[in-house]
Amino acid sequence: MAGLVGLAIIAAIVPLNVAFLVLLERKVAGHIQLRPGPMEVAPHGILQTLADAVKLLGKEMVTPLSTDKIVFFLAPIIVVAPAFVGFVPIPFSPMMQIRDVNVGILLIFSFSSITVMSILMAGWGSNNKYALIGAVRSVAQNVAYEIPLLLATMSVIIMTNTFKLGAIAQAQSSVWYIFLQPVAAIIFFIATTAETNRAPFDLVEAESELVSGFHTEYTGMRFSLFFLAEYTNMVIAAALFTVLFLGGSSGPFFPGMIWFLIKTYFLIFVVMWIRWTYPRIRFDQLMNFAWKVLIPIALLNLLITAIVLKVI
Amino acid sequence: MTTIADFIPPILVAQSVFWLMVVLTLAGAVLAVLPLKIVHNILGLALAMFGLTGIYLYLGSQFVAMMQLLVYVGAICITYIFAIMLSPPLELSPSKRPAVKAITSLIVGAVTFLAVVQMILSTKWAPYAQPSRDWTIKTLGQELLTRYFLVFELISLLLAVAIVGAIMIAGIGQKRD
Repeated sequence: MAGLVGLAIIAAIVPLNVAFLVLLERKVAGHIQLRPGPMEVAPHGILQTLADAVKLLGKEMVTPLSTDKIVFFLAPIIVVAPAFVGFVPIPFSPMMQIRDVNVGILLIFSFSSITVMSILMAGWGSNNKYALIGAVRSVAQNVAYEIPLLLATMSVIIMTNTFKLGAIAQAQSSVWYIFLQPVAAIIFFIATTAETNRAPFDLVEAESELVSGFHTEYTGMRFSLFFLAEYTNMVIAAALFTVLFLGGSSGPFFPGMIWFLIKTYFLIFVVMWIRWTYPRIRFDQLMNFAWKVLIPIALLNLLITAIVLKVI
Repeated sequence: MTTIADFIPPILVAQSVFWLMVVLTLAGAVLAVLPLKIVHNILGLALAMFGLTGIYLYLGSQFVAMMQLLVYVGAICITYIFAIMLSPPLELSPSKRPAVKAITSLIVGAVTFLAVVQMILSTKWAPYAQPSRDWTIKTLGQELLTRYFLVFELISLLLAVAIVGAIMIAGIGQKRD
């Protein structure tokens, strides 16, 4: 029964949270770049996203003639599924967790590999060169950055000796892993930024060269599903960072849930801050950075962690 | 308090999900073979692997299920997709399959199927082992490198074969152009 209630909460929170994040993104962008952002709808534009959402829902769903109909239709549906599943094992507080799955962290990573599949379906099904190049870039990028991501996570996991996210958060009650594993934390942060296709790694939708990447042909509701998945994945990535490196819901004065949300949304703010501060990097630089810099450092970090653990 | 479990027994739900997964796996397997467009084949393969994940979950082996999804959908199917990037575009009509090739693969498939069926029939099935509740990384690692070493090695071999296959498809595709 608790599982069903949890699922209902997820289904409600995910879209609301995305609406909030879109507004936050526009406001952060506006203030960083000295332009206040949307101001017209309600005081200081706080209802702007609501208006945008209604507009998006009302738009016609266009299916171009030469698309691969079934693949084109299925891609936006499949892309949101992992975004919802990812919330299941996340411990918002010791009391507030839908299921403390034994393989919690693996669950999130393995379902996120389905996202790659659906992005490729979208790009290929659109039968459009720009969309296909966007999708191919996305797949290459995701495969490349998944390795340092998993290696960085492994160095935390071998310290806690469990895949359970709740147990990993509890293991940090005395000292957060960001202090014990600073290298892994940095690698994890960079890799998740790349995995969620955020700037400066957003080559997938580099609008100046690829129109808007794999979702060029998608309109209305279908486009908004991709948007929903992207922002939800960002939340899951930030929540994972909170659990793995920032001690989950631990903190003084407030209840755990509040601390968890503060940490998570601060990380999301940092990601947005980075997006509007740094320029996009070139694709070969992106791949070189993953294969030649991040993976060796992550491997070395894992090795050192293992040796230190063995000695102690 | 009445809950959903009073109306629908959980075992019924579990069994119907199991059969759904079996259907998904079989449908994926058919999709992986029949359509002429290679991307549809890969998507079918991914669907079959996803169905297998569900079956592993039903059997209570969460770790194997997640690995199935991570390795097969996330790694093998993506590796194949790298080959597809170089396959002929949609607007060209797909090439016909040579009869020799089709017959050979049919024979190989039939022989493999018969061998597997023979193996299943001739094995003396023991009652299934009680799944362990030990989920520590240490135990998983020790089991993988001792008791399940062969499986572990086979998976790496499979990944190697997948990469070689991807290179093969890409190479042949380029020669035809």
